[in-house]
Amino acid sequence: MASRWRDLQQSIVSSQFWKSIFRVGIPNTNRKRVLAMLGNVVLHLHPVKTRKSGVKMRYTWCAGGVTFFLFLVLTFTGLLLMFYYRPTVEYAFVDILDLREQVPFGIMREVHRWGAHAMVISVWIHMFRVFMTGSYKPPREFNWVIGVILLVLTLLLSFTGYLLPWDQLAIWAITVGSNMASATPLLGIQGPGTSLLKIGDIQLVTSTNDARFGLLGGRFVGAGALLRFYVLHCVGIPLIAAFLMAVHFWRVRKDGGISGPV
Amino acid sequence: MALIEFVKNAIDFLSAPQYLVTGALIGLVLAIHWRPIWTPKGGAVLFALLAGGIGLSYLDPNFNKVATLPDNVPIVGMIFLVGFFFWFSMTQAYANDRRIAEGRPPFEGEDSAQKVFSWPDLVYVELICLVIVMAVMIVWSIYLKAPLEEPANPTDSPNPAKAPWYFLGLQEMLVYFDPWLAGVAFPSIIIVGLMAIPYIDTNPKGNGYFTFRERRWEITIFLTGFLVLWCMLIVLGTFLRGPNWNFFGPYEFWDVNKLVPLNNINLSEIIWIKVLKRSLPNFWLIREMFGLAVVGFYVAALPLVFSKTLLRRFYEKMDPVRYFIGVSLALMMLALPIKMYLRWIFNLKYIVAIPEFAFNI
Repeated sequence: MASRWRDLQQSIVSSQFWKSIFRVGIPNTNRKRVLAMLGNVVLHLHPVKTRKSGVKMRYTWCAGGVTFFLFLVLTFTGLLLMFYYRPTVEYAFVDILDLREQVPFGIMREVHRWGAHAMVISVWIHMFRVFMTGSYKPPREFNWVIGVILLVLTLLLSFTGYLLPWDQLAIWAITVGSNMASATPLLGIQGPGTSLLKIGDIQLVTSTNDARFGLLGGRFVGAGALLRFYVLHCVGIPLIAAFLMAVHFWRVRKDGGISGPV
Repeated sequence: MALIEFVKNAIDFLSAPQYLVTGALIGLVLAIHWRPIWTPKGGAVLFALLAGGIGLSYLDPNFNKVATLPDNVPIVGMIFLVGFFFWFSMTQAYANDRRIAEGRPPFEGEDSAQKVFSWPDLVYVELICLVIVMAVMIVWSIYLKAPLEEPANPTDSPNPAKAPWYFLGLQEMLVYFDPWLAGVAFPSIIIVGLMAIPYIDTNPKGNGYFTFRERRWEITIFLTGFLVLWCMLIVLGTFLRGPNWNFFGPYEFWDVNKLVPLNNINLSEIIWIKVLKRSLPNFWLIREMFGLAVVGFYVAALPLVFSKTLLRRFYEKMDPVRYFIGVSLALMMLALPIKMYLRWIFNLKYIVAIPEFAFNI
């Protein structure tokens, strides 16, 4: 029985189909370990060999890795949610209600929401770890800057997503948050110095062209804001974040891999 | 029972912003120098206190109501995660400091000499992390429903209306600063300040390993900003701010009708009316000249004064551009606790109040 099982295994592993996918086989020699890392598009994000301190959980806390993984989880669950969600004032809330009431054992929205909260926290913890190990010091200064931008983008992703369920929680949280834009100096209707910007008696900045209007696509959180936040949440910010993540990972490699004492 | 009520009332009283912030600032500085905390035993005691305290608090109906709101559950998680990693990093930092004092390299130094194959050592660590995270996410998602309230109604504003939880630190700043500062200027300064860290900090030590002794100042400033002024203000804004953004202790009922006397006054009123016993001048520049002078001194002159006195050591070590940008950013961070204390002690509303063009500081 055991030998027949081994024969079957052997015939699968040596078949043309299997070998066309897995070129290297089980990486049980150093040469194969090298080839396994080099031959795989995902794995080759990593170097073939890593500093021993860099693979230890107590040093990296895997916080950056967890953040990236959560981004992938959110992309996947978000894509599924997009099938059922229409970003209009008429349908947004009912679509979410449908997801909640009509899908037996449905947890995609839950995974998406808790994943988003978890990602915000894991980004902070990643930043905290990088600070506490002094890993932003030369030659990694610029990658820290990219990291800060990614942190801001994570918060913006979460903020734009917060509006989409179109319930009381969503609309008022975004109202409180976006009211800040109307206080932008010179650009917001309530900002310092804005009232000074006028030609004759005509105010240059009004409630229909100030910073808040630009953010919301309207004077209050309405249909314009919903569509705007939806597009930014599903397409705009993820694209920028994905590009900057590529730069971030690339720079980790180019700046000498995971940091360690020099 | 009476004892429990007494303890609850004491905690309610002591968690008021003025005591909470004071306690956190002093507590942080004392704690990072108090070695017994940064050992496995110290961590276990801290964890037991924190978990026990929060766990028992769930028995209180008022605490329970706020802490079990679906969107507040992650913040309870954040308290434990940030707390754990704070302890974890400081413990390793002290362990490394001990090694360095004995003339040995830090733990990471021993490891970094060796390189291991990424397959399997790194790939498997990542796989295990990934599986754990996915398992946690699925269990969490099954047990806790994502919140969904009444459909959006632009005419019915909830009380309190809160921003998403990660911005509640900024919303808490609105108590002390106008929106143009709390919502626009300070967030921008936080972002720029974070980006500037590697260019201001020229200390070559502590690159790539945990250490406290070699980076005392950097770590103290960063932890003050991150733990107290960011994370703790989020906790304050989430659990201790109720209707009308009034303060409520953790065990206090969120009473919509709670009345808090507002008798805050501006610096110009204190000086012109209370001290000089005259009416406020009409022209804003004269009325606000004291406040403008104070702010101008704080922003422009103080870095210069410090370069000759208090922070001379740093001025000589760093080049002038780094010094002035660094000190200016640090002063901006300190502006928040300073304004808080001015409010709590003098009921000060604005240092500069120019409603003529919405410029208040």
